[in-house]
Amino acid sequence: MNREDFPILKNNVIYLDSGATTLKPKCVIDKISDYYTNYSANTHRGDYDLSLKVDYEYENARDIIKDFINAKFREEIIFTSGTTDSINIIANGFFRNILDQNDEIIITKSEHASNIMPWFKIAKEVGCKIKYIPLDENYHVTIENFKKEITQNTKLISLAHITNVVGDIRPIKEITELAHEIGAFVVVDGAQSVGHIKTDVQDLDVDFLAFSGHKMCGPTGIGVLYGRKELLDNVIPTNLGGGMNESFDDEDNVLLKELPHRLEAGTPPIAEAIGLGEAIKYLSNIGMDNIHKYEMELKNYLIDKLVKIPHLDIINIKSDSGVIAFNVDKIFSQDVAYYLNKYHICVRAGSHCAKVLKSETHVANTLRVSLYFYNTKEEIDMLVHLLSDKDRIEKEMLL
Amino acid sequence: MMDENLKREIILENYQNPMNKESVNDDRYIKVNTNNESCIDNLDIYLFIEDNIVKDIKFDGEACAISTSSTSIMINNLIGKTIDEVIEYMDEFEQMVNGKEYNEELLNEAIVYNEIYKQANRKHCALLPYLGIKKALNDYKNK
Repeated sequence: MNREDFPILKNNVIYLDSGATTLKPKCVIDKISDYYTNYSANTHRGDYDLSLKVDYEYENARDIIKDFINAKFREEIIFTSGTTDSINIIANGFFRNILDQNDEIIITKSEHASNIMPWFKIAKEVGCKIKYIPLDENYHVTIENFKKEITQNTKLISLAHITNVVGDIRPIKEITELAHEIGAFVVVDGAQSVGHIKTDVQDLDVDFLAFSGHKMCGPTGIGVLYGRKELLDNVIPTNLGGGMNESFDDEDNVLLKELPHRLEAGTPPIAEAIGLGEAIKYLSNIGMDNIHKYEMELKNYLIDKLVKIPHLDIINIKSDSGVIAFNVDKIFSQDVAYYLNKYHICVRAGSHCAKVLKSETHVANTLRVSLYFYNTKEEIDMLVHLLSDKDRIEKEMLL
Repeated sequence: MMDENLKREIILENYQNPMNKESVNDDRYIKVNTNNESCIDNLDIYLFIEDNIVKDIKFDGEACAISTSSTSIMINNLIGKTIDEVIEYMDEFEQMVNGKEYNEELLNEAIVYNEIYKQANRKHCALLPYLGIKKALNDYKNK
């Protein structure tokens, strides 16, 4: 649906890699162009009309995001460069300071690198333990398995809401409830979820949520860190500089600004933030429930066809989202991706940054199709048609 | 000019039944890893040089059809060459995959990749084992 909004789709390309980054609608491109064309001043100056306009648009984007994820306060929305940045800010600026060697961090083996590596670093530094929730036969997280891992020593649970290879939706609300009973914090990696399903931080009751603009029709280089206000207040900035200080005279006399600016040092990605606001307005107009419903319809249509192809091995047949990972029997995933590229089909081959997952699935590399609302059944038909003939793949994948 | 089908056959044969594909546990071999940042190919290459001559090369790992076959063919061509001959061979191969003039005779079967310069996303696959050998020769020099 809404294909006409995406200029790039006029180029006869079948884009099935939205898990990596999504395409951008015209309204977002125009909004960014409008900033650079008509009011490209800096933020937080306010001495002249152009800069007032910048402040209005930049802070308005914050309000749009606050409403979109139903945060309580606008100060709870911090602009970052993306999910990775968001998680690193709280890992180094918050959890690094409150965890000690008796604590446990709970994650899973299907997390993306950006929700594993920062915790590895913190665990090394403070000497605490990393635990993994066992995945079920579909590589999903169940609340029962979560209960097996959580102990009185658990201080932090950091999970993707939707994972980028398995595509399961985690029971975040139930996990948060249990975590809060013992005073543990819950961090949610929303990179694959916020642009795909309705996300209500108050209903989920999460402590932190990280997500990226470019995976939800917005620009690259912009993301969000949401945190409950009383927690963000205790995040020690890892970046210091302009825009985040009230005053400074010498090393003993430094006064920092209040939230949200205290955590946004330097000139922010202004065009990107404004563009993200526009992207969210665009998604809201379509409706997150409509997006998810249509994505599921496409996913089911795709799975129904893929299971009929005998030489395919599907990793995550029970995916709750538009992410499907599979392999063609005895053919390296990259060769298949190369073959599909000949027909202008964009799919990703590899480990998809979930490098610990292979110890569970025993498959290091897969082809991943990740769908979004601008995809169609006709595109899926074309993909299925090309995958159904193994001889053709072998013949055409080489040269 | 080699016929398309023959090229495919040679590549497929070297992909499905690669020569010298085994890991080595022998101190005389220099071991290097070669991988592509932009893709998922990941190969270990083992190089044994004695009296300035490449006595043996083995490789192991997981890589696409082009990388794997290119490694198999390269190794077959390099065993028995002096270090200078190896460098000359590698230069010629690089010339070819960059779409420049090259010595067809010297490259032998490796000319199956003579049109790969047209496909930017495959060029680095064919070159992958060569990067490994360069690294190994560097290690040999610094030994």
